Amino acid sequence: MQPPVTESLAANRLQSTGAYALELDGVARRFGALVALSGITMRIAAGERRAVLGSNGAGKTTLFNAVTGDFMPTSGRIRFFGEDITDLPPHERIRRGLRRTYQISQLFKGLSVLDSIFLACRGVSRRRFSLLRPAASDVNMAQAESILNAVHLDTYRDTLVATLSHGQQRQLEIALALAGAPRFILFDEPAAGLSPTERRDLVAILNALPKHIGYIIIEHDLDVALRVSEYVSMMHNGRLFKEGTPREIEADPEVQEIYLGGKHG
Amino acid sequence: MSLAIATDGTTQRNWLEKLGAGHVILGVALVLYPLVASDFFLTQIGGYSLIFGMLGLSLMLLAGYGGMVSLAQITVAGISAYAIAILGNNNSNILGFGWPWWLAVPFAVLAAAVASALIGWISVRTEGIYTIMITLAIATATYYFAQQNYAIFNGHSGYAGIRAPAFWGIGWRDAKPFYYLCLGLAVLSYAAVLYGSRSTFGMTLQAIRDNPRRMRALGYHVTAHKVFAWLLSGVIAGLAGVLLVWFNGRVSPGTIGVDAAIDVLIIAVIGGLRHPIGPFLGALVVVLMQTFAIDIVGAERFNTLIGMVFLIIVFVSPDGILGLWGRIKPHLAQESLRPGP
Ligand SMILES: Nc1ncnc2c1ncn2[C@@H]1O[C@H](COP(=O)(O)OP(=O)(O)OP(=O)(O)O)[C@@H](O)[C@H]1O
Ligand SMILES: [Mg+2]
Repeated sequence: MQPPVTESLAANRLQSTGAYALELDGVARRFGALVALSGITMRIAAGERRAVLGSNGAGKTTLFNAVTGDFMPTSGRIRFFGEDITDLPPHERIRRGLRRTYQISQLFKGLSVLDSIFLACRGVSRRRFSLLRPAASDVNMAQAESILNAVHLDTYRDTLVATLSHGQQRQLEIALALAGAPRFILFDEPAAGLSPTERRDLVAILNALPKHIGYIIIEHDLDVALRVSEYVSMMHNGRLFKEGTPREIEADPEVQEIYLGGKHG
Repeated sequence: MSLAIATDGTTQRNWLEKLGAGHVILGVALVLYPLVASDFFLTQIGGYSLIFGMLGLSLMLLAGYGGMVSLAQITVAGISAYAIAILGNNNSNILGFGWPWWLAVPFAVLAAAVASALIGWISVRTEGIYTIMITLAIATATYYFAQQNYAIFNGHSGYAGIRAPAFWGIGWRDAKPFYYLCLGLAVLSYAAVLYGSRSTFGMTLQAIRDNPRRMRALGYHVTAHKVFAWLLSGVIAGLAGVLLVWFNGRVSPGTIGVDAAIDVLIIAVIGGLRHPIGPFLGALVVVLMQTFAIDIVGAERFNTLIGMVFLIIVFVSPDGILGLWGRIKPHLAQESLRPGP
């Protein structure tokens, strides 16, 4: 199976924005003998919104980990807005405008909701080492308050993260990724385990993002993927094996056999 | 993570309310303590508890907020104590540059802070039990090095004849002045840690303790934040070291031995690591026991006793005395010392 070269949409975008947000060249990752990711080559234009589908263990999360540096790729190069970030540590990649959410929430149990979002805003600003308490008028505090409202967590402003419900923790996951002027976001199954109402909220939040912010969303549910992305990449056994519009992917017989026929259909 | 000042922001309150009833009562009691206490109780109990409370506090900052348990706090204090002996005056006929105290103290504290940052930098690659092991190794190595090195540490006899300064017409090693000096520095350190726990850096430290991976994914250089915490902790331990050497008038490898290193850990754990008041409570308990229990049970059984008390407190309340207080408090229904969430 060769990864197909359907980059027409990205190419179209490129003409209007003039830059790729993300370029991957032959990215691979092994865990011992297990090849979790191999030969991933993809281009995503600035502002593009892409869905990544694939069965369990296909390598979707590993792809995100390689891009953010949580787990460095074994080989291949990664460029972010034209800059080679392959050898940068995670925090340096984040400071360049990359963000992510986690499939399994990675939150700060001992902090309040507002403080968590405040830290997310502060992480890409100066004064990360400030020994002063942030004033209520602090610019990052104000940003945190507005993100709090955007993800509908305003009533839980001072609640301890450990006491939030699963759905609220998923909202906070997203809030942390929206903080601090992101340019490109990786969403790892943000809809998993959400109620239908929470899913609707999620779709609304994603669609309300400023147009210049592109993202990749890992999503098992094609209906959700259809509503929040214009292009879909399919992964299988650590490889990219098909790309197309959601309609094309849905209709593809090979895809149906491998993926939609499976338990996620 | 703070006393009654936890809910800041919207409601306007005056400074007295912000301070909290618990702080006011405790403060008044500590200031008036010399009126009722003998010289022995002022220094051997009061001063000593405050000094070891500061050492425990320097550990609480690392362990409670940062999740890094260190056994090298006494080593850091020892470095500033040795620095005071070397930079100032001693009667051991070796080194002793004769610097005035106002020059020697900042340098000694700086040396302690830098040493602490270095220890931190070495140990932040490890986690949990491995941090304890590596800091224990550093503490032990420093102890043996001090014992065998004569050029700098003057071997196993160390330095004696170190005097606390006298200025403003006050001899600061006299009982009352020394107690107030310890109280002043302890309150300063305590207030700084309490305030700092809600500062940007304090929050980053607690967030790193909870989830370092996510902090990286928010743009933080996790190692740099941890090392900075060690540096700040080193300042407090360094100040405690200065007080310790002024109090004892001498410093030797025995001051920084493994026993002392473990004492600091016991103090912090007995007191509780959730709030900066904990280490001071722990220090008071341990110092009282060290002073009086030895007479009752004898030196042989003393360590058994300390160990038993340690076990009982940790068994009954994993959060130490603070945790006990947290359980009793609802029954007293009083708005003072409340352990943080
Ligand atoms: N840290 C790790 N150590 C060892 N193996 C790993 C690690 N992370 C992932 N893997 C393996 O790599 C493969 C790809 O995993 P990955 O988590 O990327 O899949 P995924 O597409 O995200 O699946 P899911 O839909 O279940 O989230 C799997 O076989 C997994 O077991
Ligand atoms: Mg996954």
